Formats: sequence, structure tokens, C-alpha cells
Amino acid sequence: MMNFLNDWGLVLTIFLPLAGALVMMAIPKQSEGAIKLVALGAPLAAAAMGILLMLNFDYGDSEHLQFMVNKNWIELINSNFILGLDGLSLPLLALTLFIVPLVVIYSWQHVPNPGNPKAFFTLMLILETAMIGSFLAQDLILFFVFFEVTLLPMYFLIGVWGGEQRRYASIKFFLYTLFGSAFMIVAFVALYFLAKAPTGIALEQLRALGGSYADMQAGDPLHSFGMQALTYSGAAGIAKTTAIVIFGGMFLGFGIKVPMFPFHTWLPDAHTQAPTQGSVILAAVLLKLGTYGFIRIAIPIIPVAARAWAPIIGILAVIGIIYGALGCLAQTDMKRLIAFSSVSHMGYTMLGISTLTAFGLNAAVFGMVAHGLITGLLFFVAGSVKERYHTLDIKRLGGLLISAPKMGWILGFATMASLGLPGLAGFWGEFPAILSAYDPAVGLNVVLFRTLMVLAAVGTVLAAGYLLWLYQRTAFGTPSEEFANDPNITDVNKFEWLAWSPILAGIVILGFFPGLIFNVAGPAVEVIARTVGG
Amino acid sequence: MIATLLQLLPEADFLSPTIDWHAIAPEMVILVGSLVLILLDSIKLDKAKPFMPTLASLVLLGAMIPVITLAIDGSTRVLFGGSYVVDSMSLVLKALFLVSAYIVVLMSTNYVADGDYWESEYYSLIVAAVLGMLVMCSARDLLMIFVALELLSIPAYMLAAWRKGDEKSNEAGLKYYLMGVFASAVLLYGMSLMYGVGRSTRLDVIAENLVRIGDGRGAPIVTLAMIFVIIGFAFKVSAVPFHTWAPDTYEGAPTPVTAFLAVASKTAGFVALIQIVFYCFAARPDIIQPVFAVLAILSMTVGNLIALKQTNVVRMLAYSGIAQAGFMLAPFAVIETNREQALSSIVIYLVIYAAMNLGAFAVIIAITRKTRSAEISSLGGLFSYMPGLTVVMTIFLASLAGIPPFGGWYAKFGVWQALIGGNTALGYALAIIMAINTVVAAYYYLNVAKTMWFDEAPDGDTAPVKIPFTLIGAMGITVVATVLFGVLPGLLTNISDFSPVAAALGR
Repeated sequence: MMNFLNDWGLVLTIFLPLAGALVMMAIPKQSEGAIKLVALGAPLAAAAMGILLMLNFDYGDSEHLQFMVNKNWIELINSNFILGLDGLSLPLLALTLFIVPLVVIYSWQHVPNPGNPKAFFTLMLILETAMIGSFLAQDLILFFVFFEVTLLPMYFLIGVWGGEQRRYASIKFFLYTLFGSAFMIVAFVALYFLAKAPTGIALEQLRALGGSYADMQAGDPLHSFGMQALTYSGAAGIAKTTAIVIFGGMFLGFGIKVPMFPFHTWLPDAHTQAPTQGSVILAAVLLKLGTYGFIRIAIPIIPVAARAWAPIIGILAVIGIIYGALGCLAQTDMKRLIAFSSVSHMGYTMLGISTLTAFGLNAAVFGMVAHGLITGLLFFVAGSVKERYHTLDIKRLGGLLISAPKMGWILGFATMASLGLPGLAGFWGEFPAILSAYDPAVGLNVVLFRTLMVLAAVGTVLAAGYLLWLYQRTAFGTPSEEFANDPNITDVNKFEWLAWSPILAGIVILGFFPGLIFNVAGPAVEVIARTVGG
Repeated sequence: MIATLLQLLPEADFLSPTIDWHAIAPEMVILVGSLVLILLDSIKLDKAKPFMPTLASLVLLGAMIPVITLAIDGSTRVLFGGSYVVDSMSLVLKALFLVSAYIVVLMSTNYVADGDYWESEYYSLIVAAVLGMLVMCSARDLLMIFVALELLSIPAYMLAAWRKGDEKSNEAGLKYYLMGVFASAVLLYGMSLMYGVGRSTRLDVIAENLVRIGDGRGAPIVTLAMIFVIIGFAFKVSAVPFHTWAPDTYEGAPTPVTAFLAVASKTAGFVALIQIVFYCFAARPDIIQPVFAVLAILSMTVGNLIALKQTNVVRMLAYSGIAQAGFMLAPFAVIETNREQALSSIVIYLVIYAAMNLGAFAVIIAITRKTRSAEISSLGGLFSYMPGLTVVMTIFLASLAGIPPFGGWYAKFGVWQALIGGNTALGYALAIIMAINTVVAAYYYLNVAKTMWFDEAPDGDTAPVKIPFTLIGAMGITVVATVLFGVLPGLLTNISDFSPVAAALGR
């Protein structure tokens, strides 16, 4: 069993959804039953594989990559097909494997207009493969490929099944991300040529990787895209200014994906126009590619530059928190409001990352998962509201607790979780991130970060404000006349229950047992924090 | 009189060269094949027509056999006193030309027959042009390069004007012809200057003389000669500012011919540039690097910006081809510090570009069978009635835009690697300009995808149209190649490992 998992576990987890997509293409368009069966079966199979991996994962050793796969891929540029799972990847892998089947269940009854479940689910399965691959890849080029593959399916999901402004939103989403990743790849290539073998213990670790590293001397050009090798190198031999510029390339790639202020403008459009399923996947998983990239790639590989960039990232993160929150207060559309809240919440994650401490990074990882679940749920509910009311204009909604009481309660639960109520997952994503700014890594400006901490704390007040305000106006009161006796407005149906209850449970469980993630990710982020001296 | 003249000649001066027939077997197959095609047409007249595409395909695939045997043999063969070299790189390129031409023939089969054009002549001209391309791959001599260039160009001039009844096609042919001969004249003038200072037509001898001259006497002439030669080929590869013929020619020419021009003919131009620059002009990187940097930046930027405004998909592809040529010209600008990677990145780009661009044209031919128009707006709603074709076209567009996992990403990646590996300010600047251009280009490629996927069909006409199997074959080959090169670029880098090239480059 263990042998099988070591050789095939990660590969199967990544490519089972893609295999499902290929099978789906062979099924004729008319047999919707078979299509939906494959659409659910493939992510479930991947999830089963993931569960097997998680059961066999050595939690005592979560700072090391496990189930490693290392095969030749593009020899000419020494880029290899390296996969691995450690405490940092595991929560995000779990999140992806958890969300996608729920999205499929939610779509069971109704694929959004203009229909065509075959294409819809095919794209979703390709997307899942790309997302899982991004979290497991341990080679920069492999990561880049998976990272980019997420673009096209999402582009089509928004563009074909989206709202009225879908053309504009989809191309904006696409070009923004592509712009960032074009600079990111240039940064990767520069690393390839400039990084040298390190000295001391790091050199021993590098040599232990074997292969072409086995007899490297300090100062030898590394010529590698392997994340492990580059991490051990820690940008040795790269002048500080050059390192800062290279980090800037990655900052563009990841920062746009997160999205950080001032690159966030694609997000509200993409979220508002995307179909519910697209919004959920975008919020729950795709945004995390950016934050994950910072923790996994940018910071440990170029620690020198990370320290130089940390204050800027921190400042932009807090601007994002406040700006996103103020943006929320100005929204009239429920989905757009949730999108802006994403900008704000991802700001907390980035603030945690910018402290460069194990504590802050750990908070960020938790924040990623918590935001994924909570915002995912919010978008689910918003989608269902839209389906019933055919509008998300907050002014026209109201009285959800009367028209559809169960849905009203679920929305209430999600908003409470989102504003960081203790006992629910959101609290553990937000509070430690703010706290971590009190004590940033050695060498960072303490005064600056404590100021940021205070400002971020103000952000939570604003968050409570806009979320309660949203809830009050949509759920309280009596339904407006136009919807008072609308027969379309029904309560939560069974597919929605199936899709939502696991998320509800997840939010509560993580709220009570935050150690589930903190303990797994802790050792992994500690190693990373140590590389930057945090 | 004659007797006295003959007496003046030294005795036994002329040595007949020993010919390595195996080395030139691909060219011989094509030569004989094209003669057979012409003869068959003259003897059998119309009765031969239906067999022409098959015969042309057989000739092209037949020529692949010696290319493969030579590749298995693996040794570098030098013929005609060093002016003709068959090495692994030239074989890769020959295979590329043969396969590209084969795909063009597949694309042409129904197009030419349905249009009731002059079928027999059409195929014999294509095969003749391929002969020029094959010679170009091995030519290491100014004269040889020029002869090859004319041999591949002249049939192309005629092919561009093949739809005689159509004014646009006539315009296409005439424009292409006038610009082409003008470029040839400039090129020839440059070559004659080069001969004057280099004292030979052989590239390696010229290179030695260029090094000897250095900055001394004759240096200005060297500069002038190099710039003239480069300009001559810049016309051929449609680099800005010598691109003006391309959009009109592409639009007016029959679409399979456009594909042939955009891929095979452009590749031949690049092959000529590779030969001349890497084996000769590289001796003076101080002159050519800035020239190529300017050409590259102008081509990618101007090509992209104009492509943004196009409403006709063929014209869009023409401008996008100009931009892509800019990407391929960029590595020439780091030839001094990163010669090998520059060379391999260009060749890899050429191979991938051929696959994805030919594929895109094949899809356009298939679609225009229904829409009768190449306007982008006429592609609306294609996804609703021909989803397979839409997905295939989307793959080609995504690949052209450089999105993994389709081949184009690796082509661009290779160029970036060459540029950054050169570690010069010029290389970094080009890499960044290219990054920005990649994003600009994505917009217009996606614009086509957007129309096919998101828009409604114009006139609500959603009856699918039957696609002939030759066209399906063309799309199949190109789509498989595009995906395969993207997922496993190692396949490509292994065959183009260029170790003999490295030796030739003096390492």
C-alpha cells in the first residue's frame, strides 16, 4: 500500500480529474446522467486518493516532503516532474479536494445558462487537475504550467456561463493574471541562471538531494528549477538589488492572483460575473495559489529580497484590508460585496505572510483555508439567492428569514464566520494574523508592523460593520412587495443541503479544533520562517 | 582562337566533386518528384488531376525516408567543398519543411479541387518550393543561399495569385512579387559587398576574413553589407518595418497558400538568417546585435498593436505572425554571450510555431467552408454547433498566446531562457518587452476564442458543415504536435540537442 502511494498517490490525485475530463469528452452530449456521474465520480476518486494519502501521511514529519515523485521532464533545462506533499501543501490539497465535489453536487440540478453540462464539467475537472497540481508541484516550471492551466478553464467558465458583463470580466481576469505570470516566468528563468550553490549546512542539504547536486561545490551555478534545491540555495550568489528585482517579478505574479491592492480590480468583476460555481472555486481555491506561491516559492527562495519587500507587502496588505472593507460598505450588489470582502480578508493573510514569522505564516495558512470555506459558502448562498430572486441588489432583497428561513440562517452563520466570530474558522484566520504583526521577524521595523496591526484591527470592526449591514438588509425585515408571494422563492433544497452541510461542519470543526491545521502546517512554515530568519 | 584560349587554361583545373548521394537524397527525391508531377500533367492532362494531391504527398513523405536514415546515421556530411552541410540541425529543419508541406497539401486537397483551380501546377509548384527550402537548410554559401531563396520564392509568388478571378488574389501575388524582388535585389547587393570584403562566397571563409578585418580597412563596408543582407531576409520573415506586404498577401492568397507562406516560407527565411548569422555574421556581434534587437522590438510591438484592431481572422494571423517573428528574432540579439541557446531556442520556436500556426489555418479553412468569410464576427456561436472544431481552434489560439500546456509556452520560454541566459542588458530588456507583448497578444487571440465561445451565431445559422477527412488529418497532426510539444517539450529538445552544431560553432 505504502509503495503504491509513494509511486502513484500524488500523480493519481492530480490526474484523476483530468482522466475524468477525457472520459467525459467521449460521452455524447445527450446522456446527461452519465456526464454528471463522471463529473462527480472523478473528483470523488481524487478525494478518496487524497484521503488515503492523508491517512498515510507522517504527521510527525510534516516539514518534509512526502510521497515524492521525481521524474525527468525537460532535460535540456533541468526541469523535472517533481511532486511532494508536506504540511504546507496538505491543508490546501484537502481544501481543493473538499470543495470541488461539493460544487459538482450543487450544479447537479441546474447547470447555469446556457446549459451544456458536458462542457461545463469538463472545464471544471481540468481546472481541478491544474489546482491540485499547483499545490503539489515542487519544480518552478511544473508549478508555472499548472498555475497557467487554471486560466483557460476559468476564463471559459466566466465567459460562457457568467452574467451580463461576462465578456469584459473574463478577459480582464485573464489578462491581469497573464500579465503577472509573464513577469513571474522571467523571474524564474533569472533564478535559474543566477542562483549558486550555497555554503555550510545548506550545501550539505543540497548535496543530499543527489543527482546533479551530489558533488556541487559552494558557488557552482545551480542551473535548477527545483524548489527544494533553490530553497537550499536561498538565492546564494545573487546580488541584493538583483534579488529584489527578481522578487518583484514574482510579487507581480502572485500578488495579482491573491489579489493584493492595487492589483485587485479584476476580482470584483470576475466574481460578480462568474457563475456561482466559478465564484466558489475562484474564492475558495484559485486565490490561494497566490498566497501559497509567496509562502512556498518567493519567500524561502529569495529570503534576502523577502525581508526587503516585507514592509511593502505589509503596507499593501493593510491598505487592502481597509480599502476592501470600505469598498464593501459602498456596494449595492451582494456578490460584489462578498468579492470586496475577499480583498479585505486576503489582506489579513498577506499581513501574516509579511511578518515572515512562523506564527504569521501559520496564521496565513489557516486564513487561506478558513477564507476558502467561508467565502465559498457565502458565494454559494449568494448564488442560490440570485437564482430565486433573479437579483442580488441589496436594496430589493430583504426578509430572507421569512421567505426562506433556513437559507437565512445559513447566510447568518456564514457572515458570523466571516467577521471572525470566535468558535468558528474565520476567527483563527484573522486574529493570529493580526497578532503576528506585533512581533515581526528580526530586522523588520517593529513600529511599522505594530501600526499595521492596529490598522488591521480597525479593519475587523469595519468587517463586522459591512457584514452585519449586509445581513440586516437581506435577511431581516419583511420581504418587499415584489417578492412577498413569489412561488419561486423556496427554502434550501436537498442538493444545496448536500453541498453546504459539509462546509458548515468544516467551519465549526476548524473553529473548535484549529490545531487540525496549525499542527500540520506549523513545522513546515517554521522551516520556511527559519530560512528568512523569522 | 578558341584553341588559344583553351591553351591559356591550366591543365586539369576542373575537378568533378565527389558527391555523397545519400546526403542529398532528400533533395533528389523532391527534384525527381516535382519533375514527375509536371510530366504527368503534360502527358495525362486532366486525367491526372485527382491523383495529384496523393502523388505530391507521397513525394514529400518519400523524401522523409532519406532524412530519417541520415538522422539515424547521425554523422555530419560536408559536400561541395564546405558549401553544403548536412548535420543534425539541418535534418530537423528538413523534416519540419517536409511535414509542413505535407500538411499544406492535406489542407489544399479539397480547397483547390472545389475552387476548380489549376490543380496539377499547384502541387508541382509547392513541391518545387520545398526543394528550395531543403537546399536552404544545408546551404553554407552565399550563392547557394540565394539560389535556394529564389527557388522557394518564385513558386510562392505564383501561388499567391492562384485565384485568378479574384482581384484580391492578384493584388496579393503582385505585391508579394514586387516586394520580394526588391528584397532580393537589396539582398544581392549586400551579398556582393560581402563577397568583396570577404573574398569568398563560403560563409566560413567570409567569417574568417571578417574577424581579420575587424575595425580596420573595409569595416564600414562590412557593416553596410551585413545590414543589407539582414534587410533582405527581414522582408522574407516579414519583420517590421519590412512587413507591409504580408497582411494583404495573406488575405488575398488562397488560404492554404497563406498557411504555406506564413509557416514554410517564413521558416525558410529564418533558416537563411540562421545560416548567415550563426556561421558568418556572428564574427561581428557588435554590428548585428543592435540591428536584431531593433527588428525584434519593432516587430513584436507593432505587429501586436496592429493585430489588436483586426476584424479578419487571416489578417489577424498575419499580424500575429509578424509579432511571433519578433519573438524569434530576439535571440539573435544575444548571439555573442549565449550562442547555443539562442540557436536552439529559434529552431524550437520554428517547429512549434509551424505546428500551431498550420493548425490554426487548417481550422480556418474548415470554418470558412461554412461561413464563406474569414471575418472574426462570422465565427460567432461556433461552439454551439461545431464544438470539436472550436476546442481545436482554442487549443491553437491558446498555444499561440503561449498558455501552457500547449506548445507555444515552451517556445516562448526557450526564447526567454536564451535572452536572460545571455546576461546582457539588451537581453533583459528584450525579455521584459517580450513579457509585456505576450499579454497584449493574448488579448487578440482570446478575442477570437471569445467570439467562438460566447457570441451568438450571426443569422442564427447553426447547421454544422461536413469537414473533409484530409482537413481532419491536417488538424489531427497539428493538434497532437501542439499538445505533445507543450506537455513533453523534452521530445523536442532531445532531437534538437545540436551537438554537431556545438562542434560547428567551435566549442
